[in-house]
Amino acid sequence: MIILNLKRQPTVPLEAEVISPDTVRGLKHAEICELPVYHGKRRLRLDEFFDVHGDGADEVRIRGDLNKVRWIGRGMSSGSIQIDGNVGMHLGSGMTGGAIEVHGDAGDWVGAEMKNGLIRISGNVGGQIGGGYRGSLSGMRNGTILIGGTAGLEVGLRMRRGTIVVGGRVRDFAGLQMKGGTIVLLSGAEIRTGAWMNRGTILSLQPLALMPTFAPSGRCDPAFLRVFASYLNRLGIQIPTDGGFYERFVGDRSLPGMGEICVWQSAQ
Amino acid sequence: MSTLRIKGGKVYDPANGINGQIADVCIVDGKIVADAPGATQIDATGMVVFPGGVDVHTHVAGGAINFARAMTPEDHRRTQAFIRSQSRRSGLGGFAPTTFATGYLYAGMGWTTVNEAAVPVLSARHTHEELSDIPILDKSCLVLMANNEIVLDLIEAGEYERAKDIVAWYVSAAKAYGVKAVNPGGVAAWKWGGDAKQLSSPIAGYHKLTPGDIVGQLAQICDELKLPHPMHLHCNDLGAPGNVATTLETMKHLEGRRAHIAHMQYHAYGGDDWDTMCSASDQLAEYFNAHDNMTTDAGAVLFGDTVTITADGPWQHLLYKLTGRKWGNLDVENETGCGIVPYTYKPNNLVNSVQWAVGLELLLMIDDPWRVFLTTDHPNGACFWRYPEIIHLLMSADFRNECMKILPTKIKGRIKLPELTREYSLYEIATIISAGPARALGLHQKGNLGVGRDGDVIVYEPSNDIAYMFGHPRYVIKAGEIVIDDGDIRATPEGHEYIIQPHYDPSTDDFLRPLFEDCYTMSFENYPVEMERIENPHVQDCTQ
Repeated sequence: MIILNLKRQPTVPLEAEVISPDTVRGLKHAEICELPVYHGKRRLRLDEFFDVHGDGADEVRIRGDLNKVRWIGRGMSSGSIQIDGNVGMHLGSGMTGGAIEVHGDAGDWVGAEMKNGLIRISGNVGGQIGGGYRGSLSGMRNGTILIGGTAGLEVGLRMRRGTIVVGGRVRDFAGLQMKGGTIVLLSGAEIRTGAWMNRGTILSLQPLALMPTFAPSGRCDPAFLRVFASYLNRLGIQIPTDGGFYERFVGDRSLPGMGEICVWQSAQ
Repeated sequence: MSTLRIKGGKVYDPANGINGQIADVCIVDGKIVADAPGATQIDATGMVVFPGGVDVHTHVAGGAINFARAMTPEDHRRTQAFIRSQSRRSGLGGFAPTTFATGYLYAGMGWTTVNEAAVPVLSARHTHEELSDIPILDKSCLVLMANNEIVLDLIEAGEYERAKDIVAWYVSAAKAYGVKAVNPGGVAAWKWGGDAKQLSSPIAGYHKLTPGDIVGQLAQICDELKLPHPMHLHCNDLGAPGNVATTLETMKHLEGRRAHIAHMQYHAYGGDDWDTMCSASDQLAEYFNAHDNMTTDAGAVLFGDTVTITADGPWQHLLYKLTGRKWGNLDVENETGCGIVPYTYKPNNLVNSVQWAVGLELLLMIDDPWRVFLTTDHPNGACFWRYPEIIHLLMSADFRNECMKILPTKIKGRIKLPELTREYSLYEIATIISAGPARALGLHQKGNLGVGRDGDVIVYEPSNDIAYMFGHPRYVIKAGEIVIDDGDIRATPEGHEYIIQPHYDPSTDDFLRPLFEDCYTMSFENYPVEMERIENPHVQDCTQ
């Protein structure tokens, strides 16, 4: 295991995509210390900002307030990163495998354009979780993102596959231009959920203010729900399958899209 | 005094009928000379020597390509990055390379002259600023005239002589090199929600003016003004199944006049709709072969991602409807319009497969390499840095057959390519990439290794991998200076801009001024581009 303790707070964003099991695996302590990071436009050594303990391994642990540290775990393919503290933008962007766990909050673009793997964040996150970067045709293509707290704008922006679960309240435009995959809103969302969605599923356990371009299509008991619920159960998340029903809406009909928003109604 | 001798290479110089003879090419102060005793030598023994490449039709500067750059950040993230160094500026490659990168990429494969094919007069100033930021290359640009409402009104009113003066005034004001016509009347009609697909139907917004009138009269004007490059025409009804009828009719309107038909591939389709679309390149090639008043360029398509940009707004709206991808459309006051749609040509798509085949068919079925040139209508059919792949396809029938195996089975009977066995020789390649386009542009100093011409030379190391050979020249020499040496950018000299200043009646200013006050958001005095704004202008004679 390699442990990084933040010793100096960056004054401007620190781009640290080298903090990834793929990069440090097999490196000696000294080699890790001299990995390059970009403090604004200046290229510096990793150990200018972090106390580095241990040699390269599949497991990376980071401690400190990493609010300004960006691109951690970028494109990682395996191994794990554990972060104790808050972390900055683009965490796990484009990752293809492995796991990232954050005990704290995270910034925007968590798991943006990721292809596989698991990201779990206990606190709140910013916007564009699992989203596609500006100009891209699609966001995350697979994998799972679990958020304990709240999330910002455009969650799952243009996502194509995979799962996003948000425990707290989600802001506007969840599932914007969604093309596939599943978003689970345990505490509902603010306005314009599913705007421009083409395919995919948004499950909400709380009532939603829906746009007029979503057409009611009756009660449903999605066939995939029990399998999906047992998958989430293994990850420690419960969604109801019995004792009520899902009210289904189809949209966004302004496209016209064939996505679905399913809102849980308990029986009593 | 800089002197250079390229010693002992196999020289292909079609302008002088030199076909693979071993010879020295000597350059003194940027010009080819017969001999240069004591010159710095490049040993080109066993290598192939071509005149520098000339692109007759590309989009590398101005409002539209800049809009395309802004619209495709997803491409910038993944593409080749040029890192700033002692000899070069930073930049990005990709579908719509940045200005400096455009120069590096063109020069990197041996092209030393390019013609930016579509400039609204209103954005001419911007275009020249960008052209001056494209290093190494010599440049020229064409201004859009076929949807200019002042010109169209005059043609409709039958005021031919006045229209001629106005065109000459516009070309002079824009510091352009010639006249481009895009979808004549169609872009003007688009502003009424329409298009102009028939040459003989009146255009929306006009009483009796037809696209045929515009095509014929603009071509006549270019001829009478003695422009070195004739009217450069993007025909009506681009991209649509069955548009070969429109293209043939356009060519008939051009009889007795010179014209350059741009990206003919997009105008050579048969069939009635997308399901029945097929190649009609044989009809076009047959007509074209029999009428030597025209030149053309292929506008070939290669499979892959790109971004399409054109002044043809209505077509781009249709393309957006077909793809559902992001799009942009611009209205350039009373001059023209513009549309941008990122696009992916897929080999499993029947329409795209037909397009791929048609571009190659035209290059192979038009007999005279002096009249058909290699282009992809960059970036519309593919990016210019993929030209070597097309050269490979032209030089090897086996490779073409190999590539055809991935096309959908439904393609059978829709294309002519499987029947074509012609293979281009090096001499013919030198013609379609250099000597031919230079002649069509009236740039007599280019595409020619004769004494007194510009010392722009490509030296290739022969290889069985044709695409590699043409993509990685051993040396590229611009005006006698080695700019590329084995893939390294050695020098980045500034290029020239070729412009023409055709004559117009002095009363033209007084005629235009009130129209300007009426129609434009810009004041008349601010409109013409001052000569001082052009870096290294080279005024080409247009009185012969």
